Amino acid sequence: MAKNVQDVMQSRDIKKISAVQTASRFLSKFATYAFLLIMALIVLFPFYWMIISSLKTLAEYRQAVPTFWPRQLMFSNYAEAFTTAHLGDLFLNTLYVGLISTVLSLVITVLSAFAFARLEFKGKEALFGALLATMMIPGELFTITNYITVNQLGWMHTFTALIVPFLVSVFYIYLLRQNFMQIPNELYLAAKVDGTSDIKYLWKVMIPLALPTLISITILKMMGAWNSYIWPKLVANDAAHQMITNGLRNAFTDTTGQANYPVQMAAVAIVSAPLFLVFLCLRKYIMSGVSRSGIKG
Amino acid sequence: MKVVLQNLTKIFPSRDKKSGQEVIAVNDFNFEIPDGKLVGLLGPSGCGKSTTLYMICGLQKPSGGKIFFGEDDVTELSTENRGIGLVFQNYALYPHMTVKQNIMFPLQNLKGKDKLTKEEMFDRTLNAAKLVQIDELLDRKPSELSGGQQQRVAIARALVKMPRVLLLDEPLSNLDARLRLQTREEIRRIQRETGITTVFVTHDQEEAMSISDIIVVMKLGVVQQIGAPQSVYDDPKNLFVAKFLGTPPINVLEGKVSGGKIYIGDEAVLEVTNVDDQDIYIGIRPEGIEPNENGVLTCNLSSVEVMGRDSSVISTHPASLNPIVRAIINSDIRIDTSAQTIKYNIKPHKFFIFNKETEERIYYEVK
Repeated sequence: MAKNVQDVMQSRDIKKISAVQTASRFLSKFATYAFLLIMALIVLFPFYWMIISSLKTLAEYRQAVPTFWPRQLMFSNYAEAFTTAHLGDLFLNTLYVGLISTVLSLVITVLSAFAFARLEFKGKEALFGALLATMMIPGELFTITNYITVNQLGWMHTFTALIVPFLVSVFYIYLLRQNFMQIPNELYLAAKVDGTSDIKYLWKVMIPLALPTLISITILKMMGAWNSYIWPKLVANDAAHQMITNGLRNAFTDTTGQANYPVQMAAVAIVSAPLFLVFLCLRKYIMSGVSRSGIKG
Repeated sequence: MKVVLQNLTKIFPSRDKKSGQEVIAVNDFNFEIPDGKLVGLLGPSGCGKSTTLYMICGLQKPSGGKIFFGEDDVTELSTENRGIGLVFQNYALYPHMTVKQNIMFPLQNLKGKDKLTKEEMFDRTLNAAKLVQIDELLDRKPSELSGGQQQRVAIARALVKMPRVLLLDEPLSNLDARLRLQTREEIRRIQRETGITTVFVTHDQEEAMSISDIIVVMKLGVVQQIGAPQSVYDDPKNLFVAKFLGTPPINVLEGKVSGGKIYIGDEAVLEVTNVDDQDIYIGIRPEGIEPNENGVLTCNLSSVEVMGRDSSVISTHPASLNPIVRAIINSDIRIDTSAQTIKYNIKPHKFFIFNKETEERIYYEVK
């Protein structure tokens, strides 16, 4: 018996096994990369198309068989886009609304998340439940009621109307509260023993520990402001308050109803650039979490 | 700074709304912790030792009774004004701060006339770090430290504001066995050097006995016995204390007193005076019985465990409440392991008897 087992063990052809293993590893790696490559192409193709379209002449753009590389690079499209659409003004408007609403929204989110995560008060659970329940209502429904409210407050065609209605986001509060709740209770007690006030504890301990979440919220909020379309169009679509998405919609259509698409594409490329840069710079925060290894057990 | 606990009581409201049963975590605790002593609160989990500690530091409000630091009544005083240092079981270091920032954190919260300059803060941080021997590690993050080092940082953070009382909640339970021995010596050394009144909570009796000046044994919120470790070990007031202290644990047997003699089974093992006839529990320390051919107690011999300096003789007895009766003897004494039975003699000062109903100690005199 023992002899047999040894024979079986000895007779294994290690060379063959190792060759099969190498081949299968290579194949699985090849398949993975091929899949990733195809997906990347699918994702990146619209961007590519936007860039080359923005560099074409209108005539080339209108050809029945599209070209994959512009015959003549029209960098002037970008300059034209910037001036005809008053992109500068649109940028400033959007930046203003985006920054103010992000900052205010962060303050509100952090404070309410802290209250729901840490403070003890009557009706806390009920209030939080009610807040969560509002997440069930589709956003479009709010548009109607918000429109009426804003109209009655006399906020039409002001930045206030663009900023205030969306300052409180239940989803962000929920997200941050969950994050805060993961911070161990002992840290709070330790800070209490050390004479730290709630606000200081929030600022010195909780916010640094929840930084990845806060950065995600900032990015999402900024993107929301940048991409918002329906609401600004409804309440503040005049020249002084126009946001970038609405500005782009009609800026390049001439009196005959003909749109200059390459220039419009150039404008879209310019508008996408800031968000793209923000994502590129902050992606490490979006992906990673802070280690919590100060706590054992 | 002495700490006085006066009728200290903590009642938690019931979790279970139907029965409405309240939980008495700490029941009428009276104790004066002398200045500069190291006191170990000892008991099984759920005995109220941590609750007592949290009441001393002010994180939990007593339901009744008073707490004094020195002559000052601090019962209503908030935690940060009590001047205490607290070390948590899991250390509770701030993970995003370096060791230096962690230790300095309490100093940055000082206000008014206590406010320190940056240099003073750094000096005190460095001194605290030197005291616990981590001054090399000031720029590391907690995640880059071992468990023992994290523990030291936590102690330094508790000491840096020069507290009047130092409180440690299960300080060693997250360390491995070797580190635990080392760290408990360390805690003893730091406590001696600073002379700070220290209370620490543990469920490990060996830990409590080895470094405490005074131990307080608790059970279900009630203090069982307070005293120096050796005196509590030598003179337990009831069966619980006798069973809780000592490794290996005390041998417990059923027996009776009849006509001035203590019987285990049919054997009269000790003649005593001034004890009435009754059924009793008997506790004998493992070092309290020794093999002797003419011994008074006969057990069935199972095996002998050799541990180097000592040997453990394992035997069984029908009256024993533990699965085995263990005797610890000098390993020079040879035991014939082929024998079926073994006879022991009894050392009366290691031999305690307890009332069978109340489990309180019955004191006797040997005839």
